Amino acid sequence: MSDIILEGKDLKKYYPIKTGVLRRTTGHVKAVDGVSFELRKGETLGIVGESGCGKSTLGRLLMRLEEPTDGHVFFGGEDMAKASTSQMRKLRRDIQIVFQDPYTSLNPRMTVGDIVGEPFEIHSDVIPKGGRRKRVQELLDLVGLNPEHINRYPHQFSGGQRQRIGIARGIALNPKVLICDEPVSALDVSVQAQVVNLLEKLQNELGLAYVFIAHDLSVVRHISDRVGVMYLGKLVELGEEDQVYEHPTHPYTQALLSAVPVPDPTLRGKRDQIVLVGDVPSPANPPSGCRFHTRCWRAQDVCKAEEPILQDRPDGVTQHRSACHFAEPRTVVERSE
Amino acid sequence: MNHEQATPTAAYQPVNGRLLEVEDLHVEFHTRDGVARAINGVSFTLDAGETLAILGESGSGKSVTAQAIMGILDMPPAKIPAGAIRYCGQDLLTMPEEQRRKTRGPEISMIFQDALSSLNPVFPVGWQIAEMFRMHRGMNKSDAKEQALRLMQRVQIPAAKERINSYPHQFSGGMRQRIMIAMAIALDPAVLIADEPTTALDVTVQAQIMNLLHDLQEERQMGLILITHDLGVVADVADRIAVMYAGRLVEKADILPIYAHPAHPYTKGLLDSIPRLDQKGQTLRAIAGLPPNLLRIPEGCAFNPRCYLAQDVCHRDLPSLREVAPGRWSACHFAEEVLDV
Repeated sequence: MSDIILEGKDLKKYYPIKTGVLRRTTGHVKAVDGVSFELRKGETLGIVGESGCGKSTLGRLLMRLEEPTDGHVFFGGEDMAKASTSQMRKLRRDIQIVFQDPYTSLNPRMTVGDIVGEPFEIHSDVIPKGGRRKRVQELLDLVGLNPEHINRYPHQFSGGQRQRIGIARGIALNPKVLICDEPVSALDVSVQAQVVNLLEKLQNELGLAYVFIAHDLSVVRHISDRVGVMYLGKLVELGEEDQVYEHPTHPYTQALLSAVPVPDPTLRGKRDQIVLVGDVPSPANPPSGCRFHTRCWRAQDVCKAEEPILQDRPDGVTQHRSACHFAEPRTVVERSE
Repeated sequence: MNHEQATPTAAYQPVNGRLLEVEDLHVEFHTRDGVARAINGVSFTLDAGETLAILGESGSGKSVTAQAIMGILDMPPAKIPAGAIRYCGQDLLTMPEEQRRKTRGPEISMIFQDALSSLNPVFPVGWQIAEMFRMHRGMNKSDAKEQALRLMQRVQIPAAKERINSYPHQFSGGMRQRIMIAMAIALDPAVLIADEPTTALDVTVQAQIMNLLHDLQEERQMGLILITHDLGVVADVADRIAVMYAGRLVEKADILPIYAHPAHPYTKGLLDSIPRLDQKGQTLRAIAGLPPNLLRIPEGCAFNPRCYLAQDVCHRDLPSLREVAPGRWSACHFAEEVLDV
């Protein structure tokens, strides 16, 4: 399939745990432990999961900000791990990232013009020096900021505006893929919608593909074409947005969706709420077999012994990928109009 | 576990079930750059067994309202130039500090967003919960610890007996929030203020904590003030809502009508701008612009620069919070028009 632009194959990232005066490695935190997925041109793949599930590490692996312990990332069919330094430099133009915290991801001593124009300094052949300022102003205009504010500093902008600056920097080199790591989590509700709408507008105009990493399931549903659900370093479910939200087959996805409050008081007490007991186990010592078995109400002996594979399983309508031995659709979110 | 209802002590008796009455409260902060008017005339009431949600974005003054009720504002820089906060008819703002200290804790208590920084890192959690009983009830150490254990079991901390001597950092975020709830309800308060209690938590843990708060409120008939920005959480638990914007209440109503037919453009804007889990392909109508700087709140209605309905009168006259329909209060010159659509 030629329309696949980015592909992760069995990606793993283990961080060593070092203890004692000799700093000997006594174990590993398995932040990402065998994740495979594909991203198609111009689509949005949402990655959801709770804190510590490895979704941000996955984003950093795709950017090659972290070297994977194992596994491969293919961009346009090319293995990024095998790319030479100069090839990598070219590849980086095509994959950019927008971070969560607009307060710490912008250098306070640089003007907005310098921040958004910095990619052109590094990739100096993209635009000749004389045209850069004009291009930066175009970018500011594109993300809804006043181009005349090019000489201002980040502290002169609000959180939502700073996130627009981060997005302008992200799209400066005309990337094909933009990785958005919790881009709206730090923003107020009324401003969050502005940034979500901006991301959608940019996707339509520039044909970008997004990997949209977030913990807010409502925002992810709104923006994504396909959605992957992560739990303890693994993808447990992956499918089209309506497959995952309306016919989830993995118990964890079902519990996660059922826990999201819906802003409609008439549904109070009518929703099928699955309340999980206990906390997420430590990724340094994940449970055997299926990692969710310690909190799963459907767990059997096989779940402790054998790890379920992420593969197509029937969901009542069609089929999509799920990693559960007892995958079975259960409607927890009733669609309302 | 004794489930006696949290009736105020002899010193306090609610009048017709009314626990708390906040009237025309003003709070300002004196900063180097000028006076930030964080709260500009807020009035509401709270009855026993009722959940009032105070909804607003950052800077709307919702947390400052809670801190003013608890009497934990730093003064200076904060100043309360006008207003009254009456608990069972007695004004907390004019009451002597000694009496107020005896009210805070046994009568009104509060839980915060960030449990880790609200708990003392150098004492075991059991000791911190037991402190409530030692200080306020004069219990001896072993009785107090016994009570602490019962509370830890009540807030469903697994293996509470083994964990009573653990320190805050040894617990997960959700468990720490349970410990803070245990401390807050230790003395059977009549009013509990929860300031963004689940904002720092994951959704599955949020559901656990909200269910726990709901059960505790039912069994003790507490008045609960839930301060949050999350319209979803509010829809699940609140009886009434007060929406705040730039230090004022812009809308006040029972839960059901406000979601179906908001009476203020800001509330309507909020409801239109959040994506819903149970909807597909909806258009998010974002509210343009930004919340105002509290040092320079716009003339007239503070929402006028962002409002699609704004007319000359909105730039000139401050709309008062008025009853626009039975039980519906809105501070908008054009509330009737907003209600009609």
